[in-house]
Amino acid sequence: MTRIRILSHHILSPLGSGSQENWDAVMAGQCAMRLHPGTREAFYASLLDRERLPAMPGYSYFESLCIRSIREALRGSGVDPAAPDTAFVLSSIKGDIEALGTVRDVTLPHAAARIAAYFGQQGPVLTVSNACISGLNALIQGRRMLLSGRYRHVIVCGAECQSPFIVTGFQSLKALSPEPCRPFDARRCGLNLGEAAATVILGTGDGGWELAEGAVRNDANHISGPSRTGEGSYHTLRYVLRDVSPADLALVSVHGTATLYNDEMEAVALGRAGLEKVPLSGLKGWFGHTMGAAGILESILAMLSVEQGVMPGTRGFQELGVSVPVTVSADPVPVQGTAFVKLLSGFGGCNAAALFRKGGVR
Amino acid sequence: MTIRHWVRMTPQMLARDGQEQPFDGTLAGLYRMLETGYPKFFKMDVLCKAGFLATECLLADESGRFVPREDRAVLLFSRSGCLCDDRHYADSMADYPSPALFVYTLANVVTGEICIRNRYQGESAAFLLPGFDAETLCATVEDCFRDRDTRSALVLWADCPDEQHFDVLALLAESGQNNMNKQSINDLYEYGRIQADPQTAVD
Repeated sequence: MTRIRILSHHILSPLGSGSQENWDAVMAGQCAMRLHPGTREAFYASLLDRERLPAMPGYSYFESLCIRSIREALRGSGVDPAAPDTAFVLSSIKGDIEALGTVRDVTLPHAAARIAAYFGQQGPVLTVSNACISGLNALIQGRRMLLSGRYRHVIVCGAECQSPFIVTGFQSLKALSPEPCRPFDARRCGLNLGEAAATVILGTGDGGWELAEGAVRNDANHISGPSRTGEGSYHTLRYVLRDVSPADLALVSVHGTATLYNDEMEAVALGRAGLEKVPLSGLKGWFGHTMGAAGILESILAMLSVEQGVMPGTRGFQELGVSVPVTVSADPVPVQGTAFVKLLSGFGGCNAAALFRKGGVR
Repeated sequence: MTIRHWVRMTPQMLARDGQEQPFDGTLAGLYRMLETGYPKFFKMDVLCKAGFLATECLLADESGRFVPREDRAVLLFSRSGCLCDDRHYADSMADYPSPALFVYTLANVVTGEICIRNRYQGESAAFLLPGFDAETLCATVEDCFRDRDTRSALVLWADCPDEQHFDVLALLAESGQNNMNKQSINDLYEYGRIQADPQTAVD
């Protein structure tokens, strides 16, 4: 069977430009989580500095982030974005929403077309906007597009810009933490938002990192709350791990938003899948919830963690506060193995899991 | 892939499997006509209402409905996504931001509503395209059938640029056989356009 390889990747976040730069920054304890004034209430978030990193002339801030990240991911990859067999998948939830009410077309397909045109891209352009699982869903879709044999390369880019639209929305849902977030902790009380763009370029062949499996499942339970039994999340895990023993996993990169319900739901799903003993990696304390970028950014950092044999601690965690005894640590943890699972869940009841494996040979 | 049933729905027409049904051209009117009895409908944004009702028509005579199943995917395709609700939520920000409106500012929530209504625990996803594009839609649905648990898919093209205009094509697709392709999807989409505009039909 055709193996789907990760050819190149890049992260652009408040901690820097480059996947390795971001991993190094986290391991050095750097974090851009700050208190910001907000239009109604102050909020903690990890935001890009728009004076130091302004929009590109003629492009929105969202488009600029995507273009910068894709440009860096392409560098040295040998992938021609203008080749007719290169497809482009964009992941975002709200894209250019900050320009709503202006003359600009704020729809995501409009931004996707402009980003693709910057690179002279001729192949198809698809946008995945599946709430908080968008980034992982886009990678899973890119994998399937390559398996179909229609394309040689797929560029998958996810990004999110924060704006009063999103901030006040999460505040209205009482989902934002009044302090730096505490994933899986007993005193967790909500999430922090974050800004980032992240890109993965997928191709086929042996060697390197393989995007081995992926699944998306719905809870069919509630549009803005997860299933208490972790139904959809467990179903995605059961699917992607059907030929894998938990002992093969170096880590599970969780969603870990630090909301009361999400972390409890994930712990239940992980318990049902027999993964309590696998070290969990939660990155929202470092980057905030980067929404459309999260699945891609967090998958890249998990790959680097497995390569380095050590993963960052779950920032904000102190005392386990979920009903299943999952393995979480505030400090960096040595990891062993060549595979990991990335998990995400989102509004609309959607859940995604993907299995990544190093070596690329079964 | 095979198209088992289809629904084409615009303010000008409602057709299921080629049978046209009269309605008053509004979503509220259609809800009453179908006697759905699902009060949560009135909380939904226009994209959800349109997608939900098209699905109700599509599945009206399916036996064994409402039994939990993991083998059916719900796949939304749209251009404008939830832009209508985005505007409503943005308007509420000036006064007091409405959580009830905010939860619908996600394009995929319509897939969640359909999954809850029908107890579907299979794949659910939302894809945005620059416009109706039968080729990309068909290829993407085919990609989703790569999931080995997926046997059928509820495929929804739903675009609601404003409260009054809804443009919906709903398909119940199954794996196997092969009458679902770019041409057949385009024909069903154009069916609505031709019926809605007698001028075009004459041409």
